[in-house]
Amino acid sequence: MRKGQATQMHATVEAIYRSESRRVLATLIRLLGDFDLAEEALHDAFRAALEQWQRYGVPENPRAWLVSAGRFKAIDAMRRRTRFDASLIEIAKQMDVEARDPAALYNDSIEDDRLRLIFTCCHPTLPPDAQIALTLREVCGLTTEEIAHAYLATAPTVAQRIVRAKNKIRDARIPYQVPSQADLPERLDTVLRVVYLVFNEGYSASAGAALTRHDLSAEAIRIGRLLIELLPEPEAMGLLALMLLHESRRAARTSSTGNLVLLAEQDRALWNRDYIAEGSALVERALSSHSFGPYTLQATIAAVHAEARSPAATDWAQIVGLYDVLLRADSSPVIELNRAAAVAMRDGPAAGLALIDAILARGELANYHLAHSARADLCRRLGRTGEARAAYERALALMQQEPERRFIERRLEELDS
Amino acid sequence: MKYLCLICAEKVMEQMPETDAAAHFDEYRTFTNDIRNRGHLIGSNRLLPASAATTVRVRNGNISTTDGPFAETKEQLGGYYVIEARDLNEAIQVAAKIPGARLGCVEVRPIAEDAQTLRALGVGTPDTPV
Repeated sequence: MRKGQATQMHATVEAIYRSESRRVLATLIRLLGDFDLAEEALHDAFRAALEQWQRYGVPENPRAWLVSAGRFKAIDAMRRRTRFDASLIEIAKQMDVEARDPAALYNDSIEDDRLRLIFTCCHPTLPPDAQIALTLREVCGLTTEEIAHAYLATAPTVAQRIVRAKNKIRDARIPYQVPSQADLPERLDTVLRVVYLVFNEGYSASAGAALTRHDLSAEAIRIGRLLIELLPEPEAMGLLALMLLHESRRAARTSSTGNLVLLAEQDRALWNRDYIAEGSALVERALSSHSFGPYTLQATIAAVHAEARSPAATDWAQIVGLYDVLLRADSSPVIELNRAAAVAMRDGPAAGLALIDAILARGELANYHLAHSARADLCRRLGRTGEARAAYERALALMQQEPERRFIERRLEELDS
Repeated sequence: MKYLCLICAEKVMEQMPETDAAAHFDEYRTFTNDIRNRGHLIGSNRLLPASAATTVRVRNGNISTTDGPFAETKEQLGGYYVIEARDLNEAIQVAAKIPGARLGCVEVRPIAEDAQTLRALGVGTPDTPV
């Protein structure tokens, strides 16, 4: 009986850990001003919860209990350390006084702490690799091993990246705060880019690693939801919409044998309607703000695809128009390539091929496998079989080299570090 | 004529074994005292390692920041300001106003203010026993 109760309490604490640990951590970082101290306190708090809730029951507000317990544990730890560092005595005394006043501990800024955590992990003065690793570690609660696995890196490499980032946050005094209104657009851009990179790493996974990588997309969507809950900016909505609309096609994107299925050949009955509805609603909200940007535009394109029952029934004219707007906001050869594919659908393969050849002639996408496979597809549809074969072979060669090249690059990086 | 002596080293204090660092701090204390007595010393600080550095550029009125010190290939150190700022965000705002940020870049490095460093420089604060 007692054993059964203990097991049940374990499950309860575990469930609370999953739902609350990141919130508690975010608040502890604000209260303690140090990532490592906060993480230690978080674990001490959960250890205490396991003991004390068993005896006295689960408190009414577990989150407040955990924050308070974590803080007391940290004060204890600081007291023990004060023997070695006199300057900590004052801090510990001060915290002791504050801790007696629960209002100081638990106020309106609790929810903002999660936002503070995101903006700190994605601070532009941290290296991009570290922004991603730190966000996955601190905001999502992934282990170092999970992050390493997802990014084909070794655990020590990822651990070192995280340690260096935390040291820089402490040494250079990167503040734990939501940026001011003036800095917000640029700072939000960095956050959105990190979230989108995490999503894409999960979305463009090869079949073999699909399982772990799927988690990355789910994590990115989770942060996306959190962001718009705390900071309903149009581009944050646009990014979440874009991720949901891409994610809606996941089941249709790979065949039973694990091969990639292109949008035109996907079984649209497999598309996740709930994600599409959520994504499309977000697109409308973002568009109505009149201050949207590239993420919203890309999401709008994805939403037009999602609405169509078949490739032929797609509103290609609208898609081409949206790419035109997108190119004005963010000119990139990859977007030009996508626009060319849409033009091919609207005006026929010859028109699309002319645009792709013009892009390739500039040399910018010469090593981009999707440019060659898109060209191959249009040549095939025009009956230019020889050219199609050559382009497919070029695409294949580039695709096969890619994962190996990345692997070697990472190994070299590790040798360097 | 004033000169800024930028000290370059393969290993900084933080990367040395504790006893080596302590000995090195002693050497600096002796050296600093010496040049102070001879009237050579204008001001001196130890910088935290380059891993804590941030480089600020202003182009077309936009501030961009990157991790780490500036590349040493083309740019050379032209001068330095010691500024007081609440945190890195405020330091970046100040650094971005330095005219040179529009032409080249400004590396923002936190200055070491730990008790050991202050003792070595002979500028210990009253509450830290020297």
